[in-house]
Amino acid sequence: MMKRDQALEILAEHIGDTIVVPVFQSAFDWMNIRPHPLNYLCVGAMGQASSHALGLALAMPNERIVVLDGDGSLLMNLGSLVTIGSRRPKNLTHFVSHNGIYEVNGRYPIPGAQSIHFDRIAKEAGYAYTCSFSDLDELRHEIRDVLAMPGPVFVSLHVETGKEYPTDYVTIHSAESRDTFRTAVRRRMSGS
Amino acid sequence: MAASTPLKGTSLIRSLKKSRVEVIAALPDIVTCDAILWPITRDADFTLVPVCKEDEGVSICAALSYCNKRAALLIQHTGFLDSINAIRCIAMEYQLPIVMIVGLQGMEPDRVPLDSGKLGIRILEPICAAMGLSYKVLTGENHAALVSESIDWAYENSRPIALLIATTPTGDA
Repeated sequence: MMKRDQALEILAEHIGDTIVVPVFQSAFDWMNIRPHPLNYLCVGAMGQASSHALGLALAMPNERIVVLDGDGSLLMNLGSLVTIGSRRPKNLTHFVSHNGIYEVNGRYPIPGAQSIHFDRIAKEAGYAYTCSFSDLDELRHEIRDVLAMPGPVFVSLHVETGKEYPTDYVTIHSAESRDTFRTAVRRRMSGS
Repeated sequence: MAASTPLKGTSLIRSLKKSRVEVIAALPDIVTCDAILWPITRDADFTLVPVCKEDEGVSICAALSYCNKRAALLIQHTGFLDSINAIRCIAMEYQLPIVMIVGLQGMEPDRVPLDSGKLGIRILEPICAAMGLSYKVLTGENHAALVSESIDWAYENSRPIALLIATTPTGDA
């Protein structure tokens, strides 16, 4: 089984300055692995990352938008898979870290932890391409192609907790984070 | 309820365009479907995003606002109630310009929302007040100008607003 931080480090090696929407524990990892003004940290309510990402994808159809979802979070907004699958944004790549637990809420198991296949649900919901990885070398070998595919793409990462980065809720809800992203994304849109 | 003629769907849609709203995230609502949602569906000036649940739309509108794109969320009051946590955090605490056009399904024509016999309608204004969420109650065509004014206010001040549609708007004859 992959460690989540190791999987995200591989992603970071290939993602450049892409706009990324990470959620909760993935966000705590990601803001340390790839600190960047184009990290969209303020998703607010649990489950909403994929919907924020769809909004960004609609606003910037020529920019790749990557969402780093959690399994517990996605369960709270499963309908967004259908919304995205219906809208079919070519520029959206949706990763979910599937570790089977509510990691920042007591490490309690999610419903269906052992049986659910998010990639299959995403495929039936209309995503253009879906896949899953549980092996780090396989992910390393495939990630470049996955990131180049026209979306919406869904990638299930079967992971276990890795390095424990601090749960920095202050930053992910801060006005400063929102201002930083707003400035960076408008600069990106203006081409400056 | 003091109002002139009923609010026209065309007037509300014209106000959306006047305020440069490009994207509509929506779930069908019996109050607004015929005179607002269906015409928007057929109008190439809008990008319509049908959502499965109303809180998705809160987030979609939020993300668009960072990119200087104006959007509105067209929903029923039950969906508004269901989305309170997203509205609390994303709209209120994050201070983002989320424009919610909310149909009051089941609203009695001879009453005001605060006096409605329907609990879900009667509590709307107190909930907005408790959250500090600005809102307007729209009933007649004399309220049409409030739509554009409210949207512009929301985006100029980066604050959310709820437009409560208390009577069924009329379509084109």
